Amino acid sequence: MTGNEYTDIVKRHTSPNGRVLSILEEIQRKYRHLPEEALRAAAEELNLPLSQLYGVATFYTSFSLQPRGEHIIGVCHGTVCHVKGAARVTAELEKKLGVSEGGTTGDGKFTLESVKCLGCCSLAPVVSIDGSVHARVKPETVDELIKSAIPGGAPGD
Amino acid sequence: MPEMIINGLAVNFRSGETVLQAALAGGIHIPALCHHPGLGHFGSCRLCLVEILAGGRPGLAASCSLPASEDLVVETGTERVVRARRVVLGLLLARCPDAKPLLELAENLGAVKFTPRPGDPGCILCGRCVRACRAVGANVIGFAWRGRDRRVAVPFDQPPADCLGCRACEQVCPVNVIKVVEDRGRIRIFPWQSEIEMAYCRNCGAAIGPGVQAGRLQKRFPVEGPLSGLCPACRRRFQAALAGGLVIQPT
Repeated sequence: MTGNEYTDIVKRHTSPNGRVLSILEEIQRKYRHLPEEALRAAAEELNLPLSQLYGVATFYTSFSLQPRGEHIIGVCHGTVCHVKGAARVTAELEKKLGVSEGGTTGDGKFTLESVKCLGCCSLAPVVSIDGSVHARVKPETVDELIKSAIPGGAPGD
Repeated sequence: MPEMIINGLAVNFRSGETVLQAALAGGIHIPALCHHPGLGHFGSCRLCLVEILAGGRPGLAASCSLPASEDLVVETGTERVVRARRVVLGLLLARCPDAKPLLELAENLGAVKFTPRPGDPGCILCGRCVRACRAVGANVIGFAWRGRDRRVAVPFDQPPADCLGCRACEQVCPVNVIKVVEDRGRIRIFPWQSEIEMAYCRNCGAAIGPGVQAGRLQKRFPVEGPLSGLCPACRRRFQAALAGGLVIQPT
């Protein structure tokens, strides 16, 4: 991962206004996090202070400074999901994956996160796996859920 | 000059001024923390609340970011304002229970209740240091993270390589949370872990200022030849000697 690789990403985005987010998004997609060298290279190429890029990078939850897993499992902890047992879903997932909330499995396959309201409270509790939302999740069925949602991706396999 | 009414008094303002600026110019005191005359308004501390009675949307507004206008009528000390200000100050004090300027404000206002939140860094997030660093420094600090985790930070919490050591952040901090120590020829700014070597006069050895800043100034306003690298006193002396006139002794 050389500085040039990151600089190439920056150069692909040519809009004079509002290109910071799309650049950071592309870096995040490609490397599953925002490496320090990437932010430094982008700041230099964009002629922006690093302190401002760092502010943007830490503000949005879609960006991460630590590498995230291949698959993102987000347990909704909005009010309704909370009442409907989101904590138990998270606890079960923590047990199954062997990581605590916010952590990534050692093999880099899964990241377990808690997310704010996903806007479908009637389906609570919900879990989002790689962006698609799964309804009425029960702690007893999270294992199956992951298996069906992620091809070849059962935890511990 | 256009006029507006503050506390029943007609106050002049220039176009583009805010209510806070008009009030200060008219001798009416409104407490404010995030506002700094040299850095403009920011609207984060909410201490400068005033009540709009007419000429705008009635209710409370932060006077630092409320444009003064011809028909505006505001009050700075109504019961509603005082009550709101007590709450605001209580919230700020919960973050920095030891900040003298805040405690003084609370004493003046009276009846401010707060519970210190343990583990808080003692910063009210007014952004004055961030704006000062942007305006006169090297833009090395900024707001980072979000919500309850929001704080002023240096990228990756690593000592900033570009920090000038200008100490502008320290100077503008309203709660004195930025600590700077000068020790054995080095300036250390604590929250950012900056460490800057001092520059010295090559004639008398007196400290001129932070080395990085001196280097930057030298680049922008180059001084060459025998006058370079001197403290102001030695420079005057050398200048006088060079001119072949009277040698002026520094006082």
